[in-house]
Amino acid sequence: MDQESKITIHNLTKVFFKKRTAVTALKNINLEIQDGEFVCLLGPSGCGKTTLLRILAGLDKESTGSFHISRAKKNRPLQSMIFQEKGVIPWLTVEDNVAFGLNMRHLPKKEVKERTDYYLNKVGLESFRKLYPSEISGGMKQRVSIARAFANDPEILLMDEPFAALDEQNKFILQEELLNIWSETKKTVLFITHSIDEALLMSDRILLMSSQPGQIIREKYVDLGRPRNMEMVRSNPKMAEQFVDIWQHLQTAVQASRQN
Amino acid sequence: MDTARITKSHPENPIAVEEHLWKKRKRREGLKHTLTVFSPIFLLVLWEFLSRTQLIDPRFFPPPTEIIGTFAQMVMTGDLFTHLEISFYRIIGGFLLGVIPAILLGLLMGMYTPVKYFFSPIIMALMPIPTLALMPIILIIFGIGDFGKMVTIAGSVFFPVVINTAAGVANIDQIYLDVAKNYGAKSKDFFWKIALPGSLPVMLEGIQMGQAIALLTIVAAEMMGAHSGIGYLIWTSYKAFLLKDMYVGLVLISFFGYFFSILLRMLQKKLIPWRK
Ligand SMILES: Nc1ncnc2c1ncn2[C@@H]1O[C@H](COP(=O)(O)OP(=O)(O)O)[C@@H](O)[C@H]1O
Ligand SMILES: [Mg+2]
Repeated sequence: MDQESKITIHNLTKVFFKKRTAVTALKNINLEIQDGEFVCLLGPSGCGKTTLLRILAGLDKESTGSFHISRAKKNRPLQSMIFQEKGVIPWLTVEDNVAFGLNMRHLPKKEVKERTDYYLNKVGLESFRKLYPSEISGGMKQRVSIARAFANDPEILLMDEPFAALDEQNKFILQEELLNIWSETKKTVLFITHSIDEALLMSDRILLMSSQPGQIIREKYVDLGRPRNMEMVRSNPKMAEQFVDIWQHLQTAVQASRQN
Repeated sequence: MDTARITKSHPENPIAVEEHLWKKRKRREGLKHTLTVFSPIFLLVLWEFLSRTQLIDPRFFPPPTEIIGTFAQMVMTGDLFTHLEISFYRIIGGFLLGVIPAILLGLLMGMYTPVKYFFSPIIMALMPIPTLALMPIILIIFGIGDFGKMVTIAGSVFFPVVINTAAGVANIDQIYLDVAKNYGAKSKDFFWKIALPGSLPVMLEGIQMGQAIALLTIVAAEMMGAHSGIGYLIWTSYKAFLLKDMYVGLVLISFFGYFFSILLRMLQKKLIPWRK
């Protein structure tokens, strides 16, 4: 039996038109993502990753083509985005930031409180709940962003290089924390990164993109059991092989785009 | 060089070196504070000396101690408080009359582009006209009562506040708009959770400017058509050549400015606690 896919993208193209020049940011993207799958979009900067995510997030509109996110539960938001740490709203406390999506949907107070408490606890921020973002560290802000998205309980989660601004140590910690929380809910995730390590650590499937025009040139399944951590990825010879393979692929993609 | 000498005197104790430098920085900070406190006192003492020795004309520059004496007398007769009270009332009234519509219009302009494009040219055209130049017309329309003064103040407070409020909303970082949209904020929530708090810091800067302008305006307005208030006090004292009384009025204005700026700073702390 064919399982219905959670995210279906059909012939999606996005062109940016400004001052009579057109940039084809995405060209004919076709993609199916299964329910509960963790998929990484990996590619050099400028290849259209953010553009694709913003379209799925309802922040931009595709030029042609279409996409569909299937809804399992009524009243559930279709998608929530984990923004980079500067997407935490400075004038709301940690607690109000986490509750933001729930409050925007005007859920009952009790439910908002329960879910907020649960995810504040999950990311270890209960004792910081009354603080403002300016009073906590970058890693903590990113935890707020993660908690806000999970608390909202959407059909799918979208993440645009959420850890790019963090130092290496914090990045490893947060990657594992994110995987832990994710493994509980098994939500469908589309995760953007330009780090091969990160893609191997996090995802079930990696989609490699090329730039100008942005296209998905190849996909790779990551054959590694869960729960995972960075040591497992680094010490596994099969993963090392994958790394080199992806590396070479991206190299040729970058060089090809330079020659254009 | 200084540091070289210190290093020599504590050749192998880094803590002692740093402690020495820290103490030196502390001393320099202390000196700055002393200077800040000392400078107005120095000016007053100099003034007193020059006036007493008649190096400057004491008829125009009476010694500060005598001004304080006059101040005490005016407090005793109760005159002063009548003037203070009425000016205070006019400033507060005029200030609110200007600030409240300015905030509302500014927010609307920031949130809705058509509103912005409609009102911007009108505001730009009206802004350069000093409200004081409109005083005669304001007097004709509203009379010389308190309300006329309030309208004059409101007119000059309005512009910096409306412009800053609109700019405050327009300058909210795009990412917060994206977050609000992504998490499904409707327009009412967007207003209360994003537009209003996001524009507050810049809006309050406009209000601070408005406050300073309100003080300038009240004095001038009370000089032109009034029978009471600090501006009236200053003007009539000057005309009657009671310069000590005039100086009392001037000092009161400076006190007003100080009082309002402290009040606004407290308000700022209260309204934008997230600012570090
Ligand atoms: N708002 C925009 N207007 C014009 N061009 C844009 C806009 N957003 C992105 N682009 C262009 O689209 C391409 C893809 O950008 P983006 O999706 O941000 O790439 P990535 O996230 O992979 O680094 C780039 O060439 C970029 O310059
Ligand atoms: Mg990007």
